[in-house]
Amino acid sequence: MRNAILSLRRAPFALFCLALFLLIVVAALLAPWIAPQDPYDNAVVDFFDSNLPPGSPAGMGGLTYWLGTDALGRDLWSAILYGLRITLTVAATASVLALVIGVLAGLVSAYAGGWVDAVIMRLVDILLGFPTILVALTIMALAGAGTGNLILALVVAQWPYYARTARSAALVEIGQDYIEAARCLELPHWRIILHHLLPNSISPIMVVLTLQLAHAVAIEASLSFLGLGTSIERPSLGLLIANGSREILSGHTWALIYPGLALAMLIFTVNVFGDRIRRALNPQEA
Amino acid sequence: MAAYLVRRLGQAVFVLLLVSFLVFMGVYAIGDPVQMLVPPDATAAEVERARVALGLDRPILVQYWLYLTGLFQGDLGTSFVYNQPTIDLVLQRLPATVELGLAAFVMSLIIGLPLGLVAGYRAGSVADDGIMNGSIFAYSLPNFWQGLLLILLFAVQLRWFPSGGRGETGTFLGIETSLVTASGWSHIFLPALNLALFNAAMVIRLTRAQVQAAMNSEYVRYARAKGVPEGRILMRHAFRNVLIPLVTVLGLELGNLLAYGIITETVFNWPGMGQLLINSINVVDRPVIVGYLLIVVAMFVVINLLVDVTYTLLDPRIRLGGKPA
Repeated sequence: MRNAILSLRRAPFALFCLALFLLIVVAALLAPWIAPQDPYDNAVVDFFDSNLPPGSPAGMGGLTYWLGTDALGRDLWSAILYGLRITLTVAATASVLALVIGVLAGLVSAYAGGWVDAVIMRLVDILLGFPTILVALTIMALAGAGTGNLILALVVAQWPYYARTARSAALVEIGQDYIEAARCLELPHWRIILHHLLPNSISPIMVVLTLQLAHAVAIEASLSFLGLGTSIERPSLGLLIANGSREILSGHTWALIYPGLALAMLIFTVNVFGDRIRRALNPQEA
Repeated sequence: MAAYLVRRLGQAVFVLLLVSFLVFMGVYAIGDPVQMLVPPDATAAEVERARVALGLDRPILVQYWLYLTGLFQGDLGTSFVYNQPTIDLVLQRLPATVELGLAAFVMSLIIGLPLGLVAGYRAGSVADDGIMNGSIFAYSLPNFWQGLLLILLFAVQLRWFPSGGRGETGTFLGIETSLVTASGWSHIFLPALNLALFNAAMVIRLTRAQVQAAMNSEYVRYARAKGVPEGRILMRHAFRNVLIPLVTVLGLELGNLLAYGIITETVFNWPGMGQLLINSINVVDRPVIVGYLLIVVAMFVVINLLVDVTYTLLDPRIRLGGKPA
């Protein structure tokens, strides 16, 4: 893993993407302090300022809408920053949960072998047989819209990827002498799994994490666009785009373009960075 | 081979039963469909009558059993909203979805294969870097936003193509399709491109990896030493290696076309199966949701099975052994 990070030095573009990604995360975290307006506060949002083009001054004065306003009169730049928060919160929570569940399932599967392995891996095979978006969409269709359900859908759809990777990484380690030694010492199973197998299987799992994080962002946005995602009062980027798309024929393009740019930038930077690490870890593929 | 097929078929039936059970139970949990179907001012007695008429007053396990027995007779239930058999509703929309998927599939190969070939042949060059970053970019643009941008640019600004709908259809070999009319072609171009870009990125990556591996292989070195012209090496020796993994990708692609087709159909107002699903979810048309999901799961099971079998036929090195491939 350290080598992979070191190899980034020789990839300025990937490094640039990492920096850009961190900048986006910081901007999302600091949204309440750097956004010119609280887009959820109806006392601040001026409905008479709806659908203003970028650069317009606010009707009440004191504020310039640099990226324009949406159909409800919200400052688009502020709405994007707050939307980023929601998108990132959902994607990060779901990714971490999926990672924990998937990695544990994969490690236990590799360590236990036998029928435990067979049951877990058949389940993984079945889920991986369907595109992630379809699994997530099915769960949202059944559970209904909402942030909690969205996270649940992403976790169910993504844990198999971690499980498969963790299992194959752990299988390589299980053949090694140090695991044999730990077994001879009769260390508890959980200790062998968490202290011996996990640290040595971590690097391929990190690659899956970056790529699946980007995927989670994309799926969250797609589901929100279809109306199966986050709540309407606190729109994520996907829902902002969906709202913007209703203005497409009236020529108000900014409400569609800017949130989409933010979303694309987020996904692209994570993907470039993740792809670079993946190539660094599998030199024969590079 | 026969034993393998039987085991895979058994597995497929198990998956279908499992999914049908989960989906049926799940759909039951999202709310009472009767409330949406009776007028708001209906009396309690009217609500009850509607409930009995739709069979919604029975215990859920009985409902599931009735559904399952119907299933084996090709009966997927009747839509609450359209008052038509689900199977008819889905089948009516199948041609639109299939023709969109087909057009997108061909387009993804037209875009993906040449670019992947160049990137793999000139691995490490500026062209390779550009193509690879470009493919990550195409892959990173969320599908629905990409579609909206296509509409904005080509339909709203340039007015080259219509922004949505299917256009006129003609009949070809007894099938209604828009691929035989000019209006149909102009309507299908944007959605097909939208659906193709995602898969094209996948085709590029795969082609590049295979071609690059082949270019470094002993047999290409040997062919070069023999003096075989470069173009022939590329097409006959390197490119052929792409074809086997392409079969797997074909399976993945079909899957993606079905799944992402739902989004593309919604964006472009394309009257296919995916749009039917989203509409049905919005009005809680339970039989159609369950029926659609079951049909799609069945399609996936068949696609995955065909891919695995084709794979073993194409590459005899892949032994099926005791484990499912």
